[in-house]
Amino acid sequence: MTRAGFISASLFRKKTRTILTVLSVVMAFLLFGLLQALTHVFSGGANFVGATRLVTQARVSFTQPLPVSMLPKLESVPGVARVTHAQWFGGVWQTNTPVFTFAVDPSSYHDVYSEWVMPEEQWRTFATTRTAMVAGKMIADQLGWKVGQKIPLASNIYPQKGGSKAWAFDLVGIYDGKDDASKKQTMQVFINHDYFDEANDFAKGRTNFFTLKLAPDANPEAIGKAIDAMFENSPDETKTQTEKDFNLGFVKQLGDIGLMVRWILFAVFFTLLLVVGNTMAQSVRERVPELAVLKTLGFTDGSVLGFVLAESVALCLLGGLIGLGLATVLGGAVEKMTGGQFQLPVDGFVWSVGIATIAAMSLAVGLLPALRAQRLRIVDALAAR
Amino acid sequence: MLKQTSAITAINIKSIPERWASSLVIVVGLAGVVAVFTALLAMRAGFESTLKASGRTDEAMVMRGGSDDEINSGLDRDSIDIIEQSPGIRLGADGKRLASAEMLVITELVRKHDIKDGVNITMRGVEPDAFALRPQLKIVEGRNFTPGLRELIVGRGVTRQFEGAAPGNVVRMRGSDWTVVGVFETGDAYESELWADLQVARTTFDRKGASSVLVALDGPGGFDTLKASLAADPRLSVDVIRQQDYFSGQTKQFRQTIGVLASVVTGIMALGAIFAALNSMYAAVATRSKEIATLRAIGFGGAPVLVSVMIEALFLALVGGLLGASIAYVLFNDLSVSTLGQSFTQVVFSFKITPALVARGLIISLIIGMLGGFLPALRATRLPVVDALRAA
Repeated sequence: MTRAGFISASLFRKKTRTILTVLSVVMAFLLFGLLQALTHVFSGGANFVGATRLVTQARVSFTQPLPVSMLPKLESVPGVARVTHAQWFGGVWQTNTPVFTFAVDPSSYHDVYSEWVMPEEQWRTFATTRTAMVAGKMIADQLGWKVGQKIPLASNIYPQKGGSKAWAFDLVGIYDGKDDASKKQTMQVFINHDYFDEANDFAKGRTNFFTLKLAPDANPEAIGKAIDAMFENSPDETKTQTEKDFNLGFVKQLGDIGLMVRWILFAVFFTLLLVVGNTMAQSVRERVPELAVLKTLGFTDGSVLGFVLAESVALCLLGGLIGLGLATVLGGAVEKMTGGQFQLPVDGFVWSVGIATIAAMSLAVGLLPALRAQRLRIVDALAAR
Repeated sequence: MLKQTSAITAINIKSIPERWASSLVIVVGLAGVVAVFTALLAMRAGFESTLKASGRTDEAMVMRGGSDDEINSGLDRDSIDIIEQSPGIRLGADGKRLASAEMLVITELVRKHDIKDGVNITMRGVEPDAFALRPQLKIVEGRNFTPGLRELIVGRGVTRQFEGAAPGNVVRMRGSDWTVVGVFETGDAYESELWADLQVARTTFDRKGASSVLVALDGPGGFDTLKASLAADPRLSVDVIRQQDYFSGQTKQFRQTIGVLASVVTGIMALGAIFAALNSMYAAVATRSKEIATLRAIGFGGAPVLVSVMIEALFLALVGGLLGASIAYVLFNDLSVSTLGQSFTQVVFSFKITPALVARGLIISLIIGMLGGFLPALRATRLPVVDALRAA
């Protein structure tokens, strides 16, 4: 009998017990995988396209609009290659589905956001048609929009002249992402800022954000500081930060999600440690005479320790891998079900943290019983003392 | 039968200390499930009660048509004058209609222990009637702002969660400096706000109108009277909503999110706990197989054995559940946190562990105990007596 065979034989000595223990480990790692993916998303680790861009908003809050006339000043800052702007429209589809809609300047937006791809001709139509709208592939698929349709979209902020908040736009193009990461983020809808500015009855010549594309060798931090200094003490003070910080700051406002998840995982793993640890201790206790026989046959203390440790590693590894696998599948399913709006990527990062946890777990639960097995004195053990 | 059952159960429960390690697995496992479940739902309960307390049924909010949320709404001065003079509004002590036009401005403060990013806080410019409309508001530190001056009073929630808003501090907003002169408590969502005089806020931020008008309704029919008169006025396009309905609408998204999170997390944890409980109870039955066989041999029936094992599982589950609920209570009850509310600004609220929540947690733990105890109990009754007695 090989060593591996021996270990699996002793593991399945009590089938029900082993299976139940593995199942509890599976559940723990399923939860671990999903929650880690959640915190990872919230800590902004995933989902960011590499391009370094700066976002300039009003100093106090992006809900306060800035004048569009700031644009040439921003563009003249050394190191800034191109500037575009976007204004939150507060789009609502049918009765209650919020749609991330921004009023943008089509041609500069196209230059700055190179990750959105669409035939050049459609970009031109977008720029030249006043009532044009372009939509991301994911949102268009989700709401069943087709190019050429007239899309009715309400705004929960901006009325048109005359007071109606029901707007309608011509869908002239559907953009996609240029790589896998950006393909998953095509949830935004863009409309023509010129038309919006003229037709709405509320805000004139204003926008919420400027996005600045930098020259290749520019220093984002220095440029951000230079811009904020430029507008200091003016009626429109600014705050300029990298796109990543901007997104992170937004997520942080939701509160400390990481803390909550850590508490839950702590509860889960503390319990698990006890469950698996108890199983291992019990199985060693029951086999004391057998282990003594092994030693009598000439197996060293070290190899007996190895056997017991290997059992606990096998238990945790089996359960842990199945659990992480299930989490990956479920995470993918959640993403499909919500049409990509809610992403739960159980990716390489989560797996590597998971595998490290499995290793730590196996040691923690296996070490005590294994040491006990190693220290057994043959005479006492055989006499079942 | 009853006598047999209680006899065996007593033996079982008394012998738990002998098998404390495997019993502990059930207790701790269930404590974990119940603690997480109670804590998550306590967060939801706290958020709900904060927003629900904010709403009265005898007051209504008037906002621009279709805006859903105060922050999206805007009314010009003429509309405000018309609204404040409408029928259906109760008269105040001064004989005028009790109404307050209020303007929301989003400002930024820094969360405690976080130096880098600010979070959005609501600043509310109010008219004098605002205080009569919110009798629950009490100034607990310092004094109220003086009309005409750039002074602020801040909610208790704000001073608890964010830096730089204590009395005496100067808060800089959109190029203007405001002195904090007092702290107020309301026990609801307004506690997450900064308040100032509407006129001063208007001139400082160069705004003309306001975001919404809060009015006191004149008796039970007041709401309909007000709504009808505003709807009939061709100069206006506004929505009227009872204050309580407005706030309960605000909690919907948060309620759903936490509800989904709580059911997924506790669902998975409960499954794991069932497996662990099964394991421990099987072990408990196995270690006592000789004892059980002896009982059967001297004439105890199968049913009392089954019931006694189930009772043991339920007992352990109950202990675990109580332990979990107490852990959640000690760690989380009244813990103050803040999150992003519907209007993109922070709402400060506390975890609320209610008796109803504890009861739900205990029910869950008893169900898990029942599921975990049943199969092992069945096995205990089916033990072949002779084999079990012979086994070493």
